[in-house]
Amino acid sequence: MKLPTQLPNFTLPEFFARFGQRLPQLPPTLALITALNLALGRLLPREPLEPLLGKRLAIRVSDAGLTLRFAYGERGFRPSFGSVAADLTITARTRDFLALLAREEDADTLFFNRRLQMQGETELGLLVKNTLDAIELPHVTLNSLAPAQALQHLRRILSGARNSGA
Amino acid sequence: MSSLAPLELVCPAGTLPALKAAVDHGADCVYLGFRDETNARNFNGLNFDDAALAEGLRYAHARGRKVFLALNTFPQADNWQRWTGAVDRAAKAGVDALILADLGLLDYARRNHPRLRLHLSVQGSATSYEAINFYRERFAIQRAVLPRVLSLAQVAEVIAHTDVEIEVFGFGGLCVMVEGRCSLSAFTTGTSPNCNGACSPAKSVRWEQTAQGMETRLNGVLIDRYADSERAGYPTLCKGRFTVDEATYYAIEEPTSLNTLELLPQMVEIGIRAIKIEGRQRSPIYVAQVTKVWRAAIDACRRDPAHFSPQPNWMAELNKVSEGQSHTLGAYYRPWK
Ligand code: SF4
Repeated sequence: MKLPTQLPNFTLPEFFARFGQRLPQLPPTLALITALNLALGRLLPREPLEPLLGKRLAIRVSDAGLTLRFAYGERGFRPSFGSVAADLTITARTRDFLALLAREEDADTLFFNRRLQMQGETELGLLVKNTLDAIELPHVTLNSLAPAQALQHLRRILSGARNSGA
Repeated sequence: MSSLAPLELVCPAGTLPALKAAVDHGADCVYLGFRDETNARNFNGLNFDDAALAEGLRYAHARGRKVFLALNTFPQADNWQRWTGAVDRAAKAGVDALILADLGLLDYARRNHPRLRLHLSVQGSATSYEAINFYRERFAIQRAVLPRVLSLAQVAEVIAHTDVEIEVFGFGGLCVMVEGRCSLSAFTTGTSPNCNGACSPAKSVRWEQTAQGMETRLNGVLIDRYADSERAGYPTLCKGRFTVDEATYYAIEEPTSLNTLELLPQMVEIGIRAIKIEGRQRSPIYVAQVTKVWRAAIDACRRDPAHFSPQPNWMAELNKVSEGQSHTLGAYYRPWK
């Protein structure tokens, strides 16, 4: 199974943002850090990520009302709790995060177009971006990172949201 | 038509996937740098170590393409060996050319690796054929990358008076015309593109969403504020908005990108040998998108230069990935002479 080769430009309906905020954020955070920890030391090299040690990161998926907070330490990624502000917060829509993951968009392009925001320690953001860019990631291995069902689910959301986008 | 000199497309690579994207989409040459201040895109996580360079060279050479290594910053007295070491590593790895700016390094490379092809970097700021011919005579440079300050007529004048191949920038972010000499970043952050390889280093950059818009600060200094509807640019001082005599505007330079696609036939006609695409800091997808468009354009121009005109979808694709609100022909189309 493959992600669509060109992601349509969509925004999730308002509904997601309103309800997403009220849902527990832990399960999606766990899903993300599980994937990251699986990749760590294999796809994702540890050495360039050293400056991230002890840092709190937040990924805000604006149109889904999701904020995934996690930290990176010696033992890998873990969820981060509490109200301490993240050292780096990256904000974008679902569609744009997916496009970045699938390497269909350049982060600077999204930034120029105001579709990607970075607040906090910019250097960490650049490091993450460059480290991800340096990974040799053929399209197929992207799929192997996530369970097949999740992708199936994603595709359903994608096709449902396709016509509601900006 | 086939009498036209071949025009090389020289594309950027900050990572191995970007190099492969450039090669796969039609770059004739790829330029890159090592992971330190010996090159002008010294950013965390970017650039090539020896293993990545070896793999990049293998990939490009297997497909008949070339790899140039940029050592385009200026060493200081206490770190000279880092730069000469980089020259030696590049020579040993088997790069097709070194892109150098510093006179001392040109001399070092010439003496120690006489068979290695040398290109004069844009950072060398040579704008006259007299200067370029001097570099040729002293260091046997085979190509010079011209600073983005000359009009096409001036470029033609240079080409007419030198045997050195001339490479020019065709697309990408612009620096305000003082290549190799700008000290705006050093003034605000203590880090200069010319010695440390980074203009506006990320550690000094902060973006903050405020009630008035998104603010960009460089080492605490407010350099721009964007309304929600405005496109953003890189956080460089030259492209900031400042208040001068009560008016707030781009006091130094507007954040636009260079795009010379429509000048291709003239560029070929005056004998430019290579067109360079800016952007080693960008992702593999940018390299793929831009390389693809330029490859198509150069091929179309080669087939039929008289009827060449940039296709709207090429321009749209390039505008999409550009910094700032618009693109410009830069100095190439200025009336000055
Ligand atoms: S401040 Fe502007 S002109 Fe100066 S080096 Fe940086 S990008 Fe170039």
